[in-house]
Amino acid sequence: MNKGYHSIELIEKKCIGCTSCIKRCPTEAIRVRSGKALINHERCIDCGMCIKVCESHAKKAVTDSLAAIKNFKYKVAIPAPTLYGQFDKIFNVNIILTGLKQLGFDEVFEVSRAADLVTEYTVKLISEGNLKKPVISSACPAVVKLITIKYPALIENILPVNAPVEIMAALAKGYIAKKGINKEDIGVFFISPCAAKRTQCLYPFGLEKSEVDGVISIADIYIKLRSLIHSLNLKDTEVLAHSTFKGVSWAVTGGESEGTKLDSIAVDGVENVMNVLEELENGHLEEIEFIEGLACTGGCVGGPLTVANGFVAKNSLQKLKTFMKRDGALKTREIELNPQSVNFEFTKPLHPQYSLMLDKDMGKALEKLAKIKQLVKELPGIDCGACGSPTCEALAQDIVNGGSNIEDCVFMLRSKVKDMAQAMVSLASKLPQTIQG
Amino acid sequence: MTLHYDVIEDDFISAGEASSDLKKVLKQLGIAPDIIRKIAISMYEAEINMVIHANGGTIDVEIKPDKIYICLKDTGPGIPDIDLAMQEGFSTATDKIRDLGFGAGMGIPNMKKNSDFLKITSEVGVGTTVEIEVDCAKE
Repeated sequence: MNKGYHSIELIEKKCIGCTSCIKRCPTEAIRVRSGKALINHERCIDCGMCIKVCESHAKKAVTDSLAAIKNFKYKVAIPAPTLYGQFDKIFNVNIILTGLKQLGFDEVFEVSRAADLVTEYTVKLISEGNLKKPVISSACPAVVKLITIKYPALIENILPVNAPVEIMAALAKGYIAKKGINKEDIGVFFISPCAAKRTQCLYPFGLEKSEVDGVISIADIYIKLRSLIHSLNLKDTEVLAHSTFKGVSWAVTGGESEGTKLDSIAVDGVENVMNVLEELENGHLEEIEFIEGLACTGGCVGGPLTVANGFVAKNSLQKLKTFMKRDGALKTREIELNPQSVNFEFTKPLHPQYSLMLDKDMGKALEKLAKIKQLVKELPGIDCGACGSPTCEALAQDIVNGGSNIEDCVFMLRSKVKDMAQAMVSLASKLPQTIQG
Repeated sequence: MTLHYDVIEDDFISAGEASSDLKKVLKQLGIAPDIIRKIAISMYEAEINMVIHANGGTIDVEIKPDKIYICLKDTGPGIPDIDLAMQEGFSTATDKIRDLGFGAGMGIPNMKKNSDFLKITSEVGVGTTVEIEVDCAKE
């Protein structure tokens, strides 16, 4: 995990310097400075909340363009199951996968297939009894990053298993290499609803190097894919599906935990996830076996790089799953993937990020904290955000850390102006000796 | 540095706010995760006990580079038999409290397990003082 990298970018000319994003960022990573939203690299968890709440559309997630696939001789798309939920009238996954392939890929593998394998591995690992319970899913990279920043005591509860996208990328490369193609020539691209996955692919946690070569946003390819699908001759539909409906369920909150059949809590939305993590930190919920926490409302279907409304997508996926469950309705292909050749478990431990720390020297941190507590008493406490910091307490921190002044607070400024005006009136009333009398 | 909190009686919605605030402070100070975990558990238990049994009270925290000291004082009914209260599973919780998931009789044992020093002094009819210390040895 790289402390200083995140995939969220500001489109400066669109940013009007309002307070929408600073108020909603779950880690208080954003400040408005010189009229523009500035993201603190060390605190951003890539949850994409700021993308969703920005009415000026000034935030975007950095992803790869479709053109990036040209850098590889053999191009592979691995779509997240969320992609299927973007089309509310298509229940035959093969149609969507054929369309996707026609965008220029040589092969398409479903991430949901790897999800089934991850579930299997997770259940096995938990049943061996060496993991600290409740085990927290590592599938949502934003939640993992949130824990390393805000709930470091819970790092030991994180499931040390790579996410399905990573497993699928490794399986895909192994499968294609067996056909005699050089691994270096294979480019695996994740078709993603998620802003955090690109960071995970560039600076992965849990493993040294990601097998995912690029991350393409669902929203970016949607229009092209949609028209390809609409013009698709049904008899040209290839049989590409190879996943179960259980794997597809991962796109929606609860899908992953249902698959494990463990006593679990499935929670979505960063704020709700934080509430559950808070309880865990207090030593509660120890009787629960598994916690599935997803940063986006509704799960990955609510991701910032999607097109369809998350709740509509959930409904579409439900119908798609019903179609999958109907015997013979969905033609699937048998592909021999080799799970034994892939490393499911983390090879690199997770570390706390200490991004909230005021100073490396505890003595200095204590001094700063005392100053912050004092400033908080002086500030109005209404958390208006007009100073560019999300709350009065955050402003106090920013003043102590340097970068903000107490006059950035409009209330404090007004009160100073009032004092000054009164002082001027009182000065003005002091007439010179020559006029007095 | 010192911190002071007032814990309001019979208020489950805000119960645990003092512990939450202290956790936040400890993270700002860069305290190691395992120490945060110990303090979070022991102080939360003590704070909740105060709400359940003692009509609230006050919490004073002293943070030093090598040690965190937490003192919870109440003027509640007091504990008649501290040794009995220290036993796992011992509980005086009413059904109302148990319905909320508290009162399983693990409170004080958990506090003991998650602190380096625990002292409970109590007088029936006068009140209870719980002192918790957690060492924060530098890595």
